[in-house]
Amino acid sequence: MTQSSKKPTYPAPGLDTFPKLLQHNARMFTNKDAMREKEFGIWQSWTWSQVADEVERFALGLQANGVKAGDAVLIIGGNRPRTYWTMCAVQSLGAVPVPTYHDSVAGEMQFVIEHSEARVIVAEDQEQVDKILDVKDRCPAVELVIYDDPRGMKGYDPELVKIQDFVTIQAQGEEVRKKNPKQYQQLVSMGKGEDVSIILYTSGTTGQPKGVVLTYDNTLLTGYYGGLLEGLTENEEILAYLPVAWIGDHIFSYAQSYAMGFCVNCAESSETIAADMREIGPTYYFAPPRVFESLLTNVQIRMEDAAPFKRKMFKYFMQVAKTTGIKLLEKKSVSLFDRFKYALGNVLVYAPLKDALGMGRVRLAYTAGEAIGGEIFDFYRSLGINIKQLYGQTESSVFITVQPDGEVFPDTVGTPSPGVELKIADNGEVIYRSPGAFHSYFKNPESTASTKTSEGWVHTGDAGFMTQSGHLRIIDRAKDVGAFNSGKMFAPKYIENKLKFFPHIQEAVTFGDGRDECMAFINIDLGAVGNWAERNNIAYASYQELAAHPEVNKMVGESVSEVNESLLGDEMLAHSQVSRFLILHKELDADDGELTRTKKVKRKLINERYKVLIDALYAGKTQCFIETEVAFEDGRVGKISGDISIHDAKTYNPVAQAS
Amino acid sequence: MSEPLQKMEAASKLLELKHIDLSFGGVKAISNISFDVLEGEVRAIIGPNGAGKSSLLNVINGFYHPQQGEIWFDGKQRHSMKPYQIAYQGISRTFQNIALFKGMSVLDNIMTGRFTHMHKNMLWQALWKGPAEQEEIENREFVEHIIDFLEIQAIRKTPVGRLPYGLQKRVELGRALAAQPKMLLLDEPMAGMNVEEKEDMCRFILDVNDTFGTTIVLIEHDMGVVMDIADRVVVLDYGRKIGDGTPDVVRNDQTVIDAYLGVSH
Repeated sequence: MTQSSKKPTYPAPGLDTFPKLLQHNARMFTNKDAMREKEFGIWQSWTWSQVADEVERFALGLQANGVKAGDAVLIIGGNRPRTYWTMCAVQSLGAVPVPTYHDSVAGEMQFVIEHSEARVIVAEDQEQVDKILDVKDRCPAVELVIYDDPRGMKGYDPELVKIQDFVTIQAQGEEVRKKNPKQYQQLVSMGKGEDVSIILYTSGTTGQPKGVVLTYDNTLLTGYYGGLLEGLTENEEILAYLPVAWIGDHIFSYAQSYAMGFCVNCAESSETIAADMREIGPTYYFAPPRVFESLLTNVQIRMEDAAPFKRKMFKYFMQVAKTTGIKLLEKKSVSLFDRFKYALGNVLVYAPLKDALGMGRVRLAYTAGEAIGGEIFDFYRSLGINIKQLYGQTESSVFITVQPDGEVFPDTVGTPSPGVELKIADNGEVIYRSPGAFHSYFKNPESTASTKTSEGWVHTGDAGFMTQSGHLRIIDRAKDVGAFNSGKMFAPKYIENKLKFFPHIQEAVTFGDGRDECMAFINIDLGAVGNWAERNNIAYASYQELAAHPEVNKMVGESVSEVNESLLGDEMLAHSQVSRFLILHKELDADDGELTRTKKVKRKLINERYKVLIDALYAGKTQCFIETEVAFEDGRVGKISGDISIHDAKTYNPVAQAS
Repeated sequence: MSEPLQKMEAASKLLELKHIDLSFGGVKAISNISFDVLEGEVRAIIGPNGAGKSSLLNVINGFYHPQQGEIWFDGKQRHSMKPYQIAYQGISRTFQNIALFKGMSVLDNIMTGRFTHMHKNMLWQALWKGPAEQEEIENREFVEHIIDFLEIQAIRKTPVGRLPYGLQKRVELGRALAAQPKMLLLDEPMAGMNVEEKEDMCRFILDVNDTFGTTIVLIEHDMGVVMDIADRVVVLDYGRKIGDGTPDVVRNDQTVIDAYLGVSH
């Protein structure tokens, strides 16, 4: 498992696929919970042996319906036990599961259905089945649609496509098993570590999504090594709430659960996640920085509304936590008096707060995907929550670098994970070679060739460098890093992240490549600013109205100038202070194509769509009219228009500061 | 249109009103109205303001007693009855102005709808352990299915008064459903809702009809909604019936058009 050892080490000899692991777990942890889902207000659980049985029956049922080795089976569903079982069932046939984002619109789905050549689709409910039927005539290959939730599934035309209930397929599998009890075992034993285990379509900030082909040796080994590194055991509890089509969820809630034998909990619905998390009390937790950020924002808003005594107590003990908590977490020496104060704070503030956040039992929390603000990071760590950053991507089966315990910094992403070799290319791009490095892009040899070299080095597309302590620091997407007309570096994401660390700023987009100055679009956080408006007796009817309010603009202006001041300290970036900004009249939205499904900004599209505004920023105008199309949740399209005011921000002169 | 027609041929009459007259002092709210509701259909009652729609609903569920006329429900003629007796017969309803217990949680509100299915007397309830507890568990399970059905898991424990209007309407539907009614009366289930909430509500009404086979009588002002989801429509104006039939028939009826567009009476 050291960098030099090339031979894969499986959790136990011969356990090189997930179906094999499942059978192993069913023997090892027969009566231990493998999966839970809250339904009808009660947590329903399945033990490992029950899961093995469910998967076996479904797998045989799929086989009876003509699914064979090498087939792609599309899976559209949220975090539900059957979604995960389907993955394993498909894998045990030697077929390839292709999970897709269940909130994607029919058009996006059509691409994946066509590209993956799936003949069988397993969909969660009527909503998903309807989407498939919408695009059915353009995807003639689809033969069978299996649905999980029978609600509303009456009266579908069987002429269009064969539609079957999940349990019916399982019943067919049961029949097969009665006739030949050994059949499933034979199927499973045919799987090998180097077989393709899954195809995940990346959301793609540019162009069409790409299908990343991963083998068992990629996902299983990476998950297993990662688990060993952090000392995960079969007693962990994890809440599955992120899209199953995303590599992170696949590794944390599937690969690692199978490899370490721990329990995966599925929330009752997407709205109950916070409450469900409290009930479960996960010990192992992943969330993108955005989630940690919004949780903290909520805490702050609630504390603003709290009684003065509570507010003061919170303030005082959070200060104690800041100085003591992190030291305690990193096992550094702390004086007895400080320990006492921290213990008192724990009783009065930290423990109840952690419980309210559902993090009372969290042993290990990861965050990744975007930079996380130092303040946010410190807040959780000072409460004693071991939150660490990791760096990874779909192509690497998540783990490239992880912050080791005791070496956690807000601005780096850690040291290489077990088995990962890391290099910085001449152009500053981070490249790596690892056991998790993907097999290829599905049906896309050109992209594969341009991303993965013949020696197995994978280009991440991120610009970064190694710090002196051997940690990786990511600056930005390599292609996003530009230059001002003066030739100095422009790293948009770096500035945007600084802006987004303010609770009232939800999203920011900066411009500066090929320009003289840096300018910014801002999205305010409706929750935080709405609460602020309420407290200050400011009436508003919509996001647009609130965003246009002069007081809000003033407040954002102050934040921008604070960012400018902090940029002053960074020699490389002092010149990229934001000179002018505007608050957008609508929230950037994945439904309008402005963000990816994982909520990353699509720069190119924003550059085109909001060209008027960008021009106005640089032309020095103070006002600009804009009309944009928005897609409502029910699929209809409407228009939002309005005048947007543009403001100058206070910038700081590096020279004046120096003198 | 073939589907509702088939349904009608197969189904029997669940409710029949014959020559109903209802007046308050000198005000004649309903005069000589007869119509029927078939088992399993979605029946809409429409009409301009003050046409007597709500009065008619109140007659059906026993709030008002008509001075003349016969009401047949489920094959039996109804004599003067209290609303709760009618609830036991299998009719439940929602109200135009939400009538929930504002301080109680969503769960408790829907549990009250199970009243007709709780049989243990006060002594048992007070003792709590044993049969009464068992009964509560069984009923709670049923209520949880409704919560799941209406997708309101996230607000299960929220006091109703804190919920937005659209959700309160949904809770009220939940409470009516909890009684497992044969017939569900909905008094303007979509009033004051935005487009999205209306669409949700439409879907729930159709799902209720589809999944539980519940007969539904609804009053609604949104013509688009009525024409989309109703199998048959009754049109009232000034307490009289001026139209009755499938949405297509009613839409093209001259008297109905006049009533809506306003022709002098």
